[in-house]
Amino acid sequence: MTERIGVYVCHCGTNIAGVVNVAEVSEWAGNELARDGVVISRDYKFMCSSLGQELIQKDIQELGLTRVVVAACSPHLHEATFRTACKNANLNPYLCELVSIREQDSWVHTDKDAATQKAKAIISGGVARVAHHESLEPLRVPIHPATMVVGGGIAGIQAALEIADAGFHVYLVEREPSIGGHMAQFDKTFPTLDCSACILTPKMVQVGSHPNITLLTWSEVTKVDGYVGSFSVTVNKKARFVDTDTCTGCGICWEKCPKKVVDDVYEAGMNNRKAVYTPFPQAVPKYPVIDAPNCTFFIKGTCKACEKFCPTGAINFEQKDEEVTLQVGNIILATGYDLFDTRRMPQYGYGRLQNVYTSLEFERLSNAAGPTGGNIVLRDGKTVPQAVAIVHCVGSRDQNYNPYCSSICCMQSLKFAHLVHERTGAEVYNCYIDIRTPGKGYEEFYNRLLEEGTNFIRGKVAEISNVPRVPEEEGKLIVQVEDTLIAKQRRIPVDMVILSAGLEARHDARDVAKMFGISCSIDDWYIERHPKLDPVATMTDGIYIAGCAQGPKDIPASVAQGAAAAARVLGKIQQKEISLEPVRATVNQEQCSGCRICNDLCPFNAILFHEETMVSEVNHALCQGCGTCVAGCPAGAISGTGFSNDQILSQINGLLLLRITENEYA
Amino acid sequence: MLNGNFEPVIIGFTCNWCSYRAADMAGTARMKYAPNVRLIRLMCSGRLDPTFIFKAFAGGADAVLISGCHPGDCHYIEQNYKALRRFHLMKRVLTQMGMEPGRLKLLWASAAEGAIFASEINKFVEEVRQLGPLNWRVPGEAVSIPTQKTQVEVAA
Repeated sequence: MTERIGVYVCHCGTNIAGVVNVAEVSEWAGNELARDGVVISRDYKFMCSSLGQELIQKDIQELGLTRVVVAACSPHLHEATFRTACKNANLNPYLCELVSIREQDSWVHTDKDAATQKAKAIISGGVARVAHHESLEPLRVPIHPATMVVGGGIAGIQAALEIADAGFHVYLVEREPSIGGHMAQFDKTFPTLDCSACILTPKMVQVGSHPNITLLTWSEVTKVDGYVGSFSVTVNKKARFVDTDTCTGCGICWEKCPKKVVDDVYEAGMNNRKAVYTPFPQAVPKYPVIDAPNCTFFIKGTCKACEKFCPTGAINFEQKDEEVTLQVGNIILATGYDLFDTRRMPQYGYGRLQNVYTSLEFERLSNAAGPTGGNIVLRDGKTVPQAVAIVHCVGSRDQNYNPYCSSICCMQSLKFAHLVHERTGAEVYNCYIDIRTPGKGYEEFYNRLLEEGTNFIRGKVAEISNVPRVPEEEGKLIVQVEDTLIAKQRRIPVDMVILSAGLEARHDARDVAKMFGISCSIDDWYIERHPKLDPVATMTDGIYIAGCAQGPKDIPASVAQGAAAAARVLGKIQQKEISLEPVRATVNQEQCSGCRICNDLCPFNAILFHEETMVSEVNHALCQGCGTCVAGCPAGAISGTGFSNDQILSQINGLLLLRITENEYA
Repeated sequence: MLNGNFEPVIIGFTCNWCSYRAADMAGTARMKYAPNVRLIRLMCSGRLDPTFIFKAFAGGADAVLISGCHPGDCHYIEQNYKALRRFHLMKRVLTQMGMEPGRLKLLWASAAEGAIFASEINKFVEEVRQLGPLNWRVPGEAVSIPTQKTQVEVAA
């Protein structure tokens, strides 16, 4: 054995040392693994601290270590730290192996002897493996300076503007005809009550006119290829049937269009739009789209009123969907949320009882640009409600629907209460489970509502019905709720009920995640790289997330995440190049028999077959390092760096050095 | 639990993207499970060379766990399907060699499924504990060869 191996066992405070006897493990490794080349074994309180790293570096230099094994946390957390430490001591970083005795040992086991024994086995595996490590150089790939932002809500808008303002190109892809997202539907924003459109539309205009932003609305991503630095993204630009070069956005087409369609998206079903439309007057871009499934011409083959009246001849019924492929270096996903479908809770009567509203419907109702011009009236269009109940946590914090807190509904419900009170003078009842107002100025807003005389009832609403029991309930909606603070059942007759529906991940979030190669949580929110320290990056290099796609959040948090994701991307662009793990497969041409089995195993078409020499070769630029061909080669002619057969077979041997308990067979 | 009776040693292979992160998540959430499994990280379950399984059994493992991303979720598009095929192949081969098929297990676990990872390990350890130490059968003794399960059955 020629390698000189150092073993470093981390206490991680008491995280490891509380369960694993680290001193014993370290001493054991120094004695028992000496025959495998271990020349020094130490334990230390925090290996990742600068003092811990210096310890390793000093040993590398003074004892001439050629390999390092650190037994600490998951390599996903600190592998880079210890590799850098080795590099700084002039040891190739890939000659260091980090084995996890925290996530896989001390944190998941309670039996101290068994955990200590397992730590020894894990280290033994690491020592056996590291002897077969090779010096490697990271692959350097250039970063394409352009970025794609998917989703044109406030998070995506913020991200796009930050990057574009820094001087780099952005492709902003939006599924709907206009950017703006959910924020464009709101009237007021909590807790300051400033007008949503007044703060959003200037940003939308900026996006529309920015020289560094290519706006692709009415478009969807259909395919993503490549990796960080050079993604190739295919976007389907759906046919608008409007020529954007000649359209001026004058609006004559939607005035003349005879076909009215219920607007389920922007108006949340509260109003109609035409078959040719822009979702709202301030839409960016200003060009309308023709909704083909609802257009009279596409249904009956005759009409063309829009074409007849268009002053610039911009209507083009011949337009087809167009696929464009864009080259970008990084991607930000800001795809937003769907509202919880309140029909799933039939006890609340939405869809059955006329004057039960969802939160988005009420946003439109209270919006000055909405169906009633901001007058809060019942569905008959004229009656002003005398009493209004607002139900919190609809579909949230409920094991039958979504277990999580949707985070924005409390504040949103308080905002609704204020608006109802201010505009109608009605009696307002907020039925809540807990009031959650953790934000700047939020608790103050709640106190303001208390002073305004809003009735707060602590209890989950059991049922909303229209069946009266007493004359006062005649013709009313009755909210059945237990007021848990006075331990009484109450029946509250009201005219209007607003269901503060929770937020859910987009219905297609899982498909989108799969397309971009990132993961989703159980509830389909995109998973960040680290919940605290890396909230906008994902496990896939070059893909970032922002806004509600990552989890429910309010506007300030979405904006902050959009800007944060942009900063991360700008950092990458400024580096111009990025290092990739040199985990790649290589075919030994001498051993290759030319059977071509590997060619079909590779999902990236990275393996070429040379007809002249009758051997296969791996293209390292395309290889992603999964290692399937290495395992599949019948001649053993393919080697995989970082995960070679020697490394893994030795690790298996090392791991099996010890049984579970010391005297099991005694 | 660890009272000097038979405790199986199990070698587990995980992929870097889903199942290793499921193990990490189980750790971060302090979910407790049996200390019998020792994990080896591969980049993808598709890297799993059947030799590794033989090596583990030959070296004294009582069982082997193969773990990867759910079908359709593979970081490398479809390589976990290759692991699935090798799993079935290995199960047949090992059975023909006289080993109980229950010593080889395939587990799909996403990065969010720490709880599933932990509970499945507990279940597997208990199953192998019942099987006892790896004990090759006497040649000539009848063995039952499992029929190939469909992907759906395995995924479920």
